[in-house]
Amino acid sequence: MTGHKQMKDMSISIEEIKKPENRIYGKPSLLTDNVMHYCPGCSHGTVHKLVAEVIEEMGIQDKTVGICPVGCSVFAYNYIDIDWQEAAHGRAPALATATKRLCPDKYVFTYQGDGDLASIGTAEIIHACGRGENIVVIFINNGIYGMTGGQMAPTTLIGMKTSTTPYGRDPKLNGFPLVIADMIAHLDGTAYITRQSVHTAPAARKAKNAIRKAFEYSQKGIGLSFVEIVSTCNSGWKLTPVDANKWMVENMFKKYPIGDIKDILK
Amino acid sequence: MAEKILMKGNEAIAISAIRNGVDGYFGYPITPQSEVMETLMKEKPWETTGMVVLQAESETSSINMIYGGASCGKKVMTSSSSPGISLMCEGISYIAGAELPCVVVDVMRGGPGLGTIQPSQSDYNQIVKGGGHGDYHNIVLAPASAQDMYDFVDWGFDLAFKYRTPVVILADGIIGQMMEKVEMHPMKPRRTDAEILEAAPWATTGKPAGRERNIITSLSLDADIQERFNRKLKGKYEIIEENEVKFSEYMTEDAEYVFVAFGCSSRICEAVVDELRAEGIKAGLLRPITLYPFPFKEIERLSKQVKSMMSIELNLGQMVHDVRLAVNGACPVGFYGRQGGNIYTPEEIVSEFKKFNGLA
Amino acid sequence: MKEEIIIAGFGGQGVLSMGKILAYSAIMQDMEVTWMPSYGPEMRGGTANVCVILSDRKIGSPIVTKYDTAIILNQQSMDKFEKTVKPGGWLVYDPSGITSHPTRTDINICRINAIEGAARVGNSKVYNMVVLGAFLKVNPIVSLENVEKGLGKSIPARYGSMIPLNKAAIVDGMENVEIVNRV
Repeated sequence: MTGHKQMKDMSISIEEIKKPENRIYGKPSLLTDNVMHYCPGCSHGTVHKLVAEVIEEMGIQDKTVGICPVGCSVFAYNYIDIDWQEAAHGRAPALATATKRLCPDKYVFTYQGDGDLASIGTAEIIHACGRGENIVVIFINNGIYGMTGGQMAPTTLIGMKTSTTPYGRDPKLNGFPLVIADMIAHLDGTAYITRQSVHTAPAARKAKNAIRKAFEYSQKGIGLSFVEIVSTCNSGWKLTPVDANKWMVENMFKKYPIGDIKDILK
Repeated sequence: MAEKILMKGNEAIAISAIRNGVDGYFGYPITPQSEVMETLMKEKPWETTGMVVLQAESETSSINMIYGGASCGKKVMTSSSSPGISLMCEGISYIAGAELPCVVVDVMRGGPGLGTIQPSQSDYNQIVKGGGHGDYHNIVLAPASAQDMYDFVDWGFDLAFKYRTPVVILADGIIGQMMEKVEMHPMKPRRTDAEILEAAPWATTGKPAGRERNIITSLSLDADIQERFNRKLKGKYEIIEENEVKFSEYMTEDAEYVFVAFGCSSRICEAVVDELRAEGIKAGLLRPITLYPFPFKEIERLSKQVKSMMSIELNLGQMVHDVRLAVNGACPVGFYGRQGGNIYTPEEIVSEFKKFNGLA
Repeated sequence: MKEEIIIAGFGGQGVLSMGKILAYSAIMQDMEVTWMPSYGPEMRGGTANVCVILSDRKIGSPIVTKYDTAIILNQQSMDKFEKTVKPGGWLVYDPSGITSHPTRTDINICRINAIEGAARVGNSKVYNMVVLGAFLKVNPIVSLENVEKGLGKSIPARYGSMIPLNKAAIVDGMENVEIVNRV
């Protein structure tokens, strides 16, 4: 009978529905009106929204500086209405280090993919962690280079096909995946390390809480906070968005299990 | 009278940074310039002026810290020597592309590759002609004394902020390692947040309500937008070339032979000029103080009064190409250089000069 | 007036700091100075040398190959620098550890056993100041008063109490220098 009831409600005018008091969901005010260039089904859009919501809810728009990577999220600065720096490939933690040290009252975060952070930028992320920089790192791990057309990333799973591992990643040829979050958990300079996903509404809510916690920790002077989001790249993976989510749960989560890895305040 | 302190060129860079209100230094050790960061760490300016000093994990990281700090409108600088500068050139290109101000010090040593740790001037092409990718220029200042090292930091930041462009102080192992007396000027405080907002309204200082977000980027993707930007840079470089050329002359008024030399080589050539003058040969010296913009007009003017010119460089002949461009065939242009970290003596240059001019 | 000096010996003998104190003393006398060390690979545990130029005019080239004075503290440096002293110039050396003594007759030569001198004042660290004293005795290019001021500038404040000891070492060098050849 619920179907019938819904049908009846449809009769109210669109103007009525648009009234603020009737809205149960909206775009965060810090997301710009620019149309995102991300592929349908990509996790980036959801993570952008969560970051925008956190900054908005914390009321820190005027105190936040974001650092974009090179990769699919190179244009993140078009979508979230804050001050941004566009780094060279892999170097975002270096920019963030200087920004935070020179402007310690600011909330400084990098937003990096797995090619940017786990391949060309390993030195920068490891040493930012080692120094205990009071910054937030949002790490999008989808196991592939999206922007350049689906090549192998350091996080690509064994057997996973990419345009540079057309027969699947072979450890003899390509080595093994890097599990960055676990690696940096051993470093004394890291305060909070967590691995989340955004493929369901509950997962996205948890991810948002993690991002908020990371931002809060970054002002406590206790070290670097790192939020890995295990993500999909349905275009690169050659799957539909739904199948990509399924494949992620069945394969990516085994190598990159979801949950908190380190929290020095617990 | 201002206090005169005996210090190395490298120490002068560090002390000048503190005394001229620099906000941050990010660097990585490399001979022959490690005293810059060592001096800063010893002086602990974070306890006095609030200046940030950080030893980065690499030159790549250092220059990208400069990129981040400059994005915030701060006065930030780094220093390195040739192999480290090669690593930084990528970042310098981004800084030029994002139109950010910064000062980079290159205390040159012999190359290519790891080369030697002794003095050289073989990064002329790298620094003056670009170094990183894309159409851009660094403003390049060539110090010839510890006092220049001290003075050029402040001058460098003035130019860097005036034109929103990277400025390179192109020194060498001699100028970095040699101690001379340095006159300290009165201290300049670091800029306040309000002063930064005024001097650098483009900076990423956090977006308040009522202004557009500030985005520091060197990316456009659209060819037409990029071309417009390239032409904007060209316009800026034309203004720099028109207004910022600096050079000095030594005994050129009646000179029949003129040496062109920068940095430590200009010091050595002063002795050469003295020696030749003592023999009755009317020699003179033009020292470019800015290598970009280069004193083309002045060299062209001198080329019409002299019998020949000679470029003296600690490399295989790099600046000499610019000298020849300026001379444009008006007189013969010779070159003498030493490489690998070897340094010429005045006597050696006198003898090469005579050979070139058939005076031997 | 211009004095071009090479000071050469082993790392640890205080070659570079002797040069620095000399340079600072000259600044106290309103002179121009340059202090240019060899900083090549040889400085790592091997020989060290520094070229100090003092002048009442602006100094052009900080690089020279002939010196008015060579202060030589080991055999390698003797082999390298004896021949670089200008005729009529000074060669000051410490004979301990020297197997081939200087032979030139066209230069002034003096020697100082600075190990003994440092022992007399009771501290091996002021070895280099004994040598400096010997040099200043034969070539009083800067006054003792200005050397004292120069010491104050070059020695870190926390070692300020070392100044009288350094001065005593300089005086010891002045008293015990031995002229070997005079042109």
